Amino acid sequence: MSQSLLTVAPSPHIHTELTIPQVMRGVIIAMVPALLVSVYNFGLGAVYVTGLSILFCAGAEWIICKYLLKREPSIADGSAVITGMLLAFNVPSNLPWHIILIGSLVSVGIGKMSFGGLGNNPFNPALVGRVFLLLSFPVEMTSWPQAVATWSLDGTTGATPLGILKDGLRAGETVPALMPQMPSYTDFFFGFQGGSLGEMSAFALLIGLGYMLYRKIITWHIPVTMIATVFVMTGIFWFIDPTRFASPLFHVLTGGVMLGAIFMATDYVTSPVSHKGMIVFAIGCGVLTVLIRLFGAYPEGVSFAILIMNAFVPLINTYLKPVRYGRKK
Amino acid sequence: MKNRAFHKELKTFRLGGVHPQDNKLSASAPLAQLPLPKQVTIPIIQHIGAPAKVVVQRGDTVRVGQVIAQHEGFISSNIHASCSGRIGIIEEVMDSSGFKHLAVNIRVKGDDWLETIDRTDTLVEGISLSRDEIVARVMEAGVVGMGGAGFPSHAKIKVPEGKTIDTLIINGVECEPYLTADHRLMLEKPREIIVGVRILMRALGVSRAIIGIEDNKHDAIELFDEWLREDKQIEVQPLEVQYPQGGEKQLIQAVLDREVPSGGLPADVGVIVHNVGTTFAIYEAVQKNKPLVERVVTVTGKDVKQPSNFWVRIGTPVIELITAAGGLPESTGKVVSGGPMMGKAIADLEVPVAKGTSGILMIAQAETKRAEEYNCVHCGKCIEACPMGLEPYRLLLLSKAGQSEKSKRENVLDCIECGSCSFVCPSNRPILDYIRLSKTKVKKLK
Repeated sequence: MSQSLLTVAPSPHIHTELTIPQVMRGVIIAMVPALLVSVYNFGLGAVYVTGLSILFCAGAEWIICKYLLKREPSIADGSAVITGMLLAFNVPSNLPWHIILIGSLVSVGIGKMSFGGLGNNPFNPALVGRVFLLLSFPVEMTSWPQAVATWSLDGTTGATPLGILKDGLRAGETVPALMPQMPSYTDFFFGFQGGSLGEMSAFALLIGLGYMLYRKIITWHIPVTMIATVFVMTGIFWFIDPTRFASPLFHVLTGGVMLGAIFMATDYVTSPVSHKGMIVFAIGCGVLTVLIRLFGAYPEGVSFAILIMNAFVPLINTYLKPVRYGRKK
Repeated sequence: MKNRAFHKELKTFRLGGVHPQDNKLSASAPLAQLPLPKQVTIPIIQHIGAPAKVVVQRGDTVRVGQVIAQHEGFISSNIHASCSGRIGIIEEVMDSSGFKHLAVNIRVKGDDWLETIDRTDTLVEGISLSRDEIVARVMEAGVVGMGGAGFPSHAKIKVPEGKTIDTLIINGVECEPYLTADHRLMLEKPREIIVGVRILMRALGVSRAIIGIEDNKHDAIELFDEWLREDKQIEVQPLEVQYPQGGEKQLIQAVLDREVPSGGLPADVGVIVHNVGTTFAIYEAVQKNKPLVERVVTVTGKDVKQPSNFWVRIGTPVIELITAAGGLPESTGKVVSGGPMMGKAIADLEVPVAKGTSGILMIAQAETKRAEEYNCVHCGKCIEACPMGLEPYRLLLLSKAGQSEKSKRENVLDCIECGSCSFVCPSNRPILDYIRLSKTKVKKLK
């Protein structure tokens, strides 16, 4: 080492080890428990849908970078893999391949790359794809295979707990009368219920949350606030009229609240930057979810709630500044 | 009897902060005298303020402790011969900042000190001087802030008109990874530092002093606690380990929960902060009549053979320290003067040790490479890390766009350049580089 070859650069001279590829890898690892529950419940269907979705999303990003944008493909950062997994987590496990392909193209092509790639998209790409599919293929997107631990690709289908609730209430039944048709809360917690591929088990998703908190990938602000908001708000309605509104525990354990709060709303790019902002954002996500579930046309509202709140993020970032040092009035 | 310090609750600052690995490799290396170099090169500006005026000529013979450059005005500092010998060339040389400054070269011969200087190790406890005499003595001795800022210490001892100081804080935090100079000094010279604290208290006219030490220096906390058991005015405050706690504003927030107003000074909230190294130098200046001619420098790095803490004469070329610590490791890619978070990378190993040089750190080639940069993903980690409550990611964007007016409104000038934002950024964005650029531009707006 000759002296004249010393590197001279401004400080700081050291850097944390948690860089973008490490963060993305951490998020993928955090999704594994939920994926395993899904494979246990739905068998090969879960593997098939998740695999195709990852392949299509990464492929779409690669092709768009290489042939449309003519720049170095950016799939090595791992974000396309996460988009693929999250898209798969948000669809039924018996979705045909061509619908997955369309969803992937919309997620990555429209949802992310059209804005300039990682970091520039205003809306969560996987949710953009998911909502596009929900509106375009309402039948396929809501025929939920039941969790019966089967290895065959075409199991029986049925409604989700939230679907049963919505239809039953519409038909004039009461919540206590509908509850016996559903799995127990323990089954909800460990994932023996119908629904999207990744939203089965609150338990598995919470393991993922614990891992991401431990690795300091995300902070508690968004997931805890959003889940708490859903719990408190549904709790108030339930307290007022338990025959018309399901219990807060039911609302938190079914549908996409856990998946949304832990993996979708926490997406760095489409959530606020300051802790104060994160809390406001998460309250908004929770409130909108509950409003759609209780009073909207759809049984589930997590995707819509998060997408709507995504649109408020720039506003939140502009007006909710962190506390400055030494500027108290 | 008062509460033992190690039973006290750990305090820390409220906003931001990061936890780099502390790598205090040289923590157990006792202070050792570095052999005298063949020559020293002493810059005449090692402080904030006006450069000193050279008062020697080429060919003069000087003794250790003799003034070679006289301060010009109050915010300036004397520069002394750190070695005896003959004055060589007086010319502009590059210092650790990378800029050229006028410096006096001394060809070292023997080790002949002025006889007015008390070089013994005897502890002198009684303080006989008045406030003004203390200020004069510290000024004469050329003591400046040794934590790195280099503000002339005598100017900080004199209480500004219209301000009341109620608390003196002694900064024993040393939050920079790797550095152990202050730690070793606290372990080996605790009583001298305590006398230094009493001198400062007398000069400032305060009856309360708090020594802030991070909990990774538990031995130093216990030691000071032991010596201060009967003392009713000086206490030790253990602090959680968190960077940048050694920043003046962060330390004041941690210890007293007071915030220095933006653009203001600690004196605005009744506080003066001095580093432990400075406090020791003030003890020597006042009690031993010894000017600031040597200091403790940590020489360290993961591949360094013997990570060390040396007593080094001011003006010694950095290469001498590296050689004494086992030579420049083969792997070295970067040599930093100071700590890894705020230190300056130096281009030339001949640059001299200055009054503010706390360490020489050798970083391996593999670690010096900046990793691939990604787009900002708005993760908010820089906001979480910023101890001043700024939005670094936004300041970077504004800086890139050349929006100086907006940067100013976003308080870019409050940035203390601690580097926490660049350290945590998962996209490896050079946030602080752009903020520095912005600060320079905003200062020109005025």
